[in-house]
Amino acid sequence: MPTTAIADKEIHVDAEGFMTEYDEWDEDLARILASNIGIDELTEAHWSVLNFLRADYAERGETPTLRRVSATGGVPTKELFVLFPKKPARKMAYVAGLPKPVGCI
Amino acid sequence: MTATETAPMVVPDFGDENESRKIAFVCSKGTLDMAYPALIMASGALEQGIETHIFFTFWGMDMINKKTMNDLKFTPVGNTATHMPMALTPLPGMTAMATSRMRKQLQELDIPDVPAFLTHLSDMGCHLWACKMSVDMFDLERDDMMDELDGILNVSDFIELIEGAQTMFI
Repeated sequence: MPTTAIADKEIHVDAEGFMTEYDEWDEDLARILASNIGIDELTEAHWSVLNFLRADYAERGETPTLRRVSATGGVPTKELFVLFPKKPARKMAYVAGLPKPVGCI
Repeated sequence: MTATETAPMVVPDFGDENESRKIAFVCSKGTLDMAYPALIMASGALEQGIETHIFFTFWGMDMINKKTMNDLKFTPVGNTATHMPMALTPLPGMTAMATSRMRKQLQELDIPDVPAFLTHLSDMGCHLWACKMSVDMFDLERDDMMDELDGILNVSDFIELIEGAQTMFI
């Protein structure tokens, strides 16, 4: 398992750069991951999505899909496309330190 | 850090620069089982940030007609993939039973019903078009069809619109 240094910490990532260890994530790391993909500021709305993703993953063991974040997490799909432009499902998983969602919908 | 290697930071390539890709689906069927393939693939395409169009034509109009979209059916008649004796499939109640079973399976997988799915796609930026000839043929008005519809197109305008798109006919 390769590790990479982010903010002076050794972080486990997969070949694409998604974090693989749930507990290595923290909010400072999230800010760095977000800026890596062009999201310069994490707003309250971003955090509420990220917190839902983290909590749902902890509970169910898999990254929620876009549909689940909107239907269960209560964040409208349109807003997710504004917060994490173009590819929200993967981008929010990346910033939340989770694997890519595996569900189709 | 003996067994691991420290690599330079890798950032996933989300391919944001590639904006040329386009996908189009033509939905020509009005059965429950044939409604889903385009919806699911369109959702995958939109999650990839790809411009996506769906053109509803002929029996596919049932997917966007407010009167029928909540009540699409699945029939085992003539469908050998159900692995039922074919002689039994036209018996009364078989279609209702097969439909309700399929709806339950979809629900268990947390897959929305057709109207909710189309709204979800529209929220993701999917373009939904009704076929002009089918609208005329089934004598429909704009208000008969779901509100999220982008418009009614004749086939020539649709073909022009999807220039360069990967197109699937279902």
